[in-house]
Amino acid sequence: MADLDVPPQVPQSKTRDLDKLLLRHGNLVDPGFFPGPDLRDDIRDYVRILVVGAGGLGCELLKDLALSGFRNLDVIDMDRIEVTNLNRQFLFRLEDVGKPKAEVAAKRVMERVSGVEIVPHFSRIEDKEIEFYSDFNIIALGLDSIEARKYINGVACGFLEYNEDDTPKRETIKPMVDGGTEGFKGHARVILPGVTPCFECTIYLFPPQVKFPLCTLAETPRNAAHCIEYAHLIQWEAVHHGKTFDPDEPEHMKWVYDEAIRRAELFGIPGVTYSLTQGVVKNIIPAIASTNAIISAACALETLKIVSACSKTLVNYLTYNGGEGLYTEVTKFERDTDCLVCGPGILIELDTSVTLSKFIEMLEDHPKLLLSKASVKHGENTLYMQAPPVLEEFHRPKLSKPLYDLMGRVQKDTIHVFGTALKNNEKESCSTKVRVVFKGADGVTDMDTAIGA
Amino acid sequence: MQPIKRSRKHVEEEPTMAEPKIKYDRQLRIWGEVGQAALEEASICLLNCGPTGSEALKNLVLGGVGCITIVDGSTVQIGDLGNNFMVDAKSVGQSKAKSVCAFLQELNDSVNARFIEENPDTLITTNPSFFSQFTLVIATQLVEDSMVKLDRICREANVKLVLVRSYGLAGFVRISVKEHPIIDSKPDHFLDDLRLNNPWPELKSFVETIDLNVSEPPAAHKHIPYVVILVKMAEEWALSHSGNLPSTREEKKEFKDLVKSKMISTDEDNYKEAIEAAFKVFAPRGISSEVQKLINDSCAEANSNSSAFWVMVAALKEFVLNEGDGEAPLEGSIPDMTSSTEHYINLQKIYLAKAEADFLAMEERVKNILKKIGRDPNSISKPTIKSFCKNARKLKLCRYRMVEDEFSNPSVTEIQKYLADEDYSGAMGFYILLRAADRFAANYNKFPGQFDGGMDEDISRLKTTALSLLTDLGCNGAVLPDDLINEMCRFGASEIHVVSAFVGGIASQEVIKLVTKQFVPMLGTYIFNGIDHKSQLLKL
Repeated sequence: MADLDVPPQVPQSKTRDLDKLLLRHGNLVDPGFFPGPDLRDDIRDYVRILVVGAGGLGCELLKDLALSGFRNLDVIDMDRIEVTNLNRQFLFRLEDVGKPKAEVAAKRVMERVSGVEIVPHFSRIEDKEIEFYSDFNIIALGLDSIEARKYINGVACGFLEYNEDDTPKRETIKPMVDGGTEGFKGHARVILPGVTPCFECTIYLFPPQVKFPLCTLAETPRNAAHCIEYAHLIQWEAVHHGKTFDPDEPEHMKWVYDEAIRRAELFGIPGVTYSLTQGVVKNIIPAIASTNAIISAACALETLKIVSACSKTLVNYLTYNGGEGLYTEVTKFERDTDCLVCGPGILIELDTSVTLSKFIEMLEDHPKLLLSKASVKHGENTLYMQAPPVLEEFHRPKLSKPLYDLMGRVQKDTIHVFGTALKNNEKESCSTKVRVVFKGADGVTDMDTAIGA
Repeated sequence: MQPIKRSRKHVEEEPTMAEPKIKYDRQLRIWGEVGQAALEEASICLLNCGPTGSEALKNLVLGGVGCITIVDGSTVQIGDLGNNFMVDAKSVGQSKAKSVCAFLQELNDSVNARFIEENPDTLITTNPSFFSQFTLVIATQLVEDSMVKLDRICREANVKLVLVRSYGLAGFVRISVKEHPIIDSKPDHFLDDLRLNNPWPELKSFVETIDLNVSEPPAAHKHIPYVVILVKMAEEWALSHSGNLPSTREEKKEFKDLVKSKMISTDEDNYKEAIEAAFKVFAPRGISSEVQKLINDSCAEANSNSSAFWVMVAALKEFVLNEGDGEAPLEGSIPDMTSSTEHYINLQKIYLAKAEADFLAMEERVKNILKKIGRDPNSISKPTIKSFCKNARKLKLCRYRMVEDEFSNPSVTEIQKYLADEDYSGAMGFYILLRAADRFAANYNKFPGQFDGGMDEDISRLKTTALSLLTDLGCNGAVLPDDLINEMCRFGASEIHVVSAFVGGIASQEVIKLVTKQFVPMLGTYIFNGIDHKSQLLKL
């Protein structure tokens, strides 16, 4: 690399192997592949990648990207290292237990791979400004929760703008690569918002979580999990009155375990163990190093392809199953053109007289949105924020003004709304695009009558 | 181990849970303590520790494999810093095996890690007996000639072998073991062993004690487990259909309607489950064709050399013909279903008791067979026989051709079929080109495209080499796309880190399956296609 100050042709180069892909012409490549030292150097100097999650996939992703010609990486993770991470999160040691994952992971990779700069963020993904995410060329996801994926997906799709003809504006596409594993199985996918399906388009790929009916837990428990969930969901609250159950607090877990044992004995049910109690209560997904390595490698390879066009990009979903023999399959999933998140947006027609507060009320009643406590942004311009109180107060005077005026009296535009939506009886944070069209505002002459109406 | 500093809050502790057990918790939930013990007893040898080998071994060290031995005679070059995480700038010029070994050891101090500074190709030629000390050898980045020689050595010494290659955006993984029987194959989806259409007397009499028309207490009707409902309905059906079960689509629908007609209100989950599970009644009685094939295998005639697995298969064969009455031993577990606690627990006990009885019969047969072939009747442990019985319907057997056989005499019809199939042609092409690259290297002392310049000549030479290889294999007239040949030359024998991590990761996953004897290892030759991910397992 440049810090060694040797030309690329000299065999003594750190990019010896990568150069074959980035400096040579190829026949099976994506459009826009311009091989040469400039491509390699631009990837090194200008491309910024965000790795979301510094767990089983995140550790691998950081290593893989650092060894794929990328030098500017950021990693965000809110978790601290636990002993149970050590069987696969190879950047962590026993003495690191309790430290922030993002910080240790960044430090270890930088120690090993000289020249790489990794900025760690020990933070919740929701606590970052939206602008933070816009700085990256690609977002690589190494997550284990659907909620976190949905959030990042919403943010990345939020940057997307559409042309008049509903085709996405190329420069606004924020690509994501996503991996997931469970045991010997996993998936890797490429999401180009507006081009390939986003998470919400294919949300059916995530099976709903199994939940036991409360009457089973209370009246007809049949197996160990039923006894554990009874202790966890019903007995804890009945005994501790409002004290929140903390699954990371060993004493809390032990209490649930003891109660579950007692209940199991009462009903003659075998099989309650401490390990199972943890598994059920924390919904533990079994995880091993090899599967994470495989899936992350696929994600990092696709990241390199998206950036460089040095080969064909995955279209668009890779399934991997190593349990029974070895099975891989590429599936081309289709976009949901009505998708609330990556589609052109929900069209709302408004009179030019509608105030911001009326508009926020309408979001709550809109059958496709049901969005309460919405904050509203128009481009870079924040129209209203629900929190923190100091900002809410600052924006409050605008609530009584017409949205039309607040949006600069344009006939139509896209705005972003963020709030909580009620889905399947559960509140979720949600961000959505709304395409606002003002009725009768297409000409200056109509405007006054519309307001006067 | 180092002194443990831990912040109390972030450690899942249980007074009785030892540190390693916590560390391995997420994998113990997959392969259990038996699988973990097998890993910890295994001694793995790695040949060549470039990124492919380093990554494969990394995943095994993290999982707690017992012992690793790294064989590599090369020193760390600056180029290695760009594709291998297990070397660093300070190790340039030093032994690569030493550097990789030290960095791997950091990942898990309970692993016994050592290294040998020697060229694997030399070792294969000069010291074949070296390999017999290992459970398994992972051989990376070997050329064809060395792979063939090593395979012969490992077969002879009964050492499992996994071959891995990373080459540009292409890759190769191949297992070579004479025979790999699996008792605990852990399939994703498998029909429960409920015997709804073939109940044994105890199950039958339990079912008879329950009245489907019960009305008191009001909850009783919706707390009858579906097993009871379906056993009753199957019996009722058979009575009116001269002993037959529903077989045609119409009959199956009729059967489901019959079940539905017994519902007294629409919120009865147990009846909904019964309708959903009706297909379990329609499933054929007796053992599957796969188990049939196993007990028909010539190895199922036990002799003094038979492995424990085959002795148990011989016992299974007798069991099916005698007390099994056409069935394998009962698995003994039942899925969760809507039921009163009492009915469910009773049902559970009935299934468990039958499984225990079947196990005792099997154990007796195993002992008799062992006696007959002159071995200690107690030489196969109770837990092993128990596990065999529990998994009798899920037994798997993997046999692998010798690498030499496949290389010199692959199935021509398969090759032609693969080349013509859009989903397989890329992988098949890479298979041929990977082998052609080795021939090329033997002829020209470099890999195609290994050095800059002379690319056009390398492309045409590789093409000629590939076509002559195809001819040698008996595929006259077969062609490979020029684009693929070009790409192969572009790759120039590079080891791209992510490709190495991918195929190395697959290799480690296969090693885990082979060592723990759980799950089912891949059968065939796996070709990684990093261009469009149409990777395939080729059965050649």
